[in-house]
Amino acid sequence: MIKYSIRRILLTIPLLLVVLSMVFVFVRLAPGDPAMAMLGQYATQEGLDALRKQMGLDAPMWLQYLRFLGDLLRGDLGVSMLNGVPVVDQLRVVLPYTLELTVSAMVLGVLLGVPMGVYTALRRNRSADYSGRVVSLVGISIPSFFLGILLLYVFSVRMDLFPVLGAGRDGDLGDRLYHLVLPTLSLGLIMTSYIMRMTRSSMLNVLNEDFVRTAKSKGLQERIVVYKHAFMNALIPVVSVLGIYFIINLGSSIMTEIVFSRPGLGKLMVLAMKQRDYVVLQSVMVIYATLAIFINLFVDLIYGLIDPRIKYG
Amino acid sequence: MVGFFLTLLLILIAFFAGYVAPYDPNEQNVYSRLTSPDLKHWFGTDSYGRDTLSRVIHGSRISLAVGVCSIIFGMVIGSLAGMFAAFDRGKIGNLIMRAVDVMMCFPAEIFAILFLVMIGQGMDKLIFAIGVVMAPRFARLSYGTTLSIREREYIEAARALGAKRPRIVLKHIFPNILGEILVMCSLWTATAIRVEANLSFLGMGVPPPTATWGNMVRTGVSQLTNAPWLSIFPGLAIMVAVLAFNLIGDGLRDVMDPKLQQG
Repeated sequence: MIKYSIRRILLTIPLLLVVLSMVFVFVRLAPGDPAMAMLGQYATQEGLDALRKQMGLDAPMWLQYLRFLGDLLRGDLGVSMLNGVPVVDQLRVVLPYTLELTVSAMVLGVLLGVPMGVYTALRRNRSADYSGRVVSLVGISIPSFFLGILLLYVFSVRMDLFPVLGAGRDGDLGDRLYHLVLPTLSLGLIMTSYIMRMTRSSMLNVLNEDFVRTAKSKGLQERIVVYKHAFMNALIPVVSVLGIYFIINLGSSIMTEIVFSRPGLGKLMVLAMKQRDYVVLQSVMVIYATLAIFINLFVDLIYGLIDPRIKYG
Repeated sequence: MVGFFLTLLLILIAFFAGYVAPYDPNEQNVYSRLTSPDLKHWFGTDSYGRDTLSRVIHGSRISLAVGVCSIIFGMVIGSLAGMFAAFDRGKIGNLIMRAVDVMMCFPAEIFAILFLVMIGQGMDKLIFAIGVVMAPRFARLSYGTTLSIREREYIEAARALGAKRPRIVLKHIFPNILGEILVMCSLWTATAIRVEANLSFLGMGVPPPTATWGNMVRTGVSQLTNAPWLSIFPGLAIMVAVLAFNLIGDGLRDVMDPKLQQG
């Protein structure tokens, strides 16, 4: 287990390096001149040259790359090309909102999806199974922004039960949670569908295994066979894909933040895109990629803990 | 079956959009702005008086074209890369799969946005970007399935007879993994349509005035209180299209997986 964990952690470092390099190259290849974007079309050549020098854009690409990595290591993500605010300060404000949304959606997905997956697997080819499969199929088909709009329309606009936009007052936990309900539902119900399908499929595979048949033929109670033997084994593949589902969740959270006008990485990224603020855009991409890598690492380590073949291997 | 007929219906609607749509999707009528659904305009009209039903019908062309074309592109590139990597077992194969790992680190929308920032907007660029996003999935799938059949006797026989690597990959390996690839094709077409809708919603898709479902939902959000039909009908269209391909993919997978056929 320790060897597995160390190997997995060490593999993360080159992966992170390559991903950061990719972000650097892609943003540098974007059309347009950042200095021109900042100063406008009436800027003088001297002004443009001075700003390019200040931003380090006159240096050779390899030097810009090394400076980029060095700045990242120091936690310096540059300053916004539009308002001069350090990007780290902007991220410090918005990142907690994205994390609270995505984590709460995943928790909802697991808390609802796993029991529903087990329930439908145990009632295979009966009405509960069919209904569950239809619901989960619709769930994975509906775009998150559309589900958010439907929830917003029904529960905020028509029934006035929940706020239409925003993330709540800072420091007021109750108000923050109140504003989190609909966004979490719009992401979490979709996660529920994914996790339910995976759990059902995994349970069905395990229920067909010989050791389950042996447990039943030994006369063990149904409850013990299902929850002690089958379920714990079925959970292993489900955990292994939670990392992938979290990445899907992270991508979908962008749309949810736009629909509910919540602050977050997604909204910051969309604004940076529209205003051609490449420094902010680059930094947000770096954060998204880093989050995805570390979530996958975390899930792989959890997987190593629960899979006895790795734990005792 | 439901998925098959639903998909067929969508394809026919997209193909004959010009005949099926009751109005020109870009025809404006200031006297019919923001009218709710009625007998004349089944899905209502938008703030320019354009018929929403006609725009939804024409929007299906973009969504289906982008979805299908990007998957074909991704399938060709990804499957070839994965098959080659599994067959090579050398440094190049390893490099290909590490590149796949890197690309899979990004959420699909983020990776597509990163690409579109670099190459610009437009339908062809959208197809390319989404195709590149989907290619790693095909690479991983074909890598895994190629590994499982690489050591079979008929592959060994072909090698012994002096067949070159490209011939073995294209004539012997590819036909045997095509079934699994086609199953995932329909499921991932659903994903591609959803990614296109997400990108259009963010304003990174085909630019206006071309009607795309995601674009329509986005412009409709600002009118949600007084004209909810502007977001709801295109949103439902996206959901139905994604559902149709998911149904086909699920059906194909159920047919091909022997374990699921047990009672």
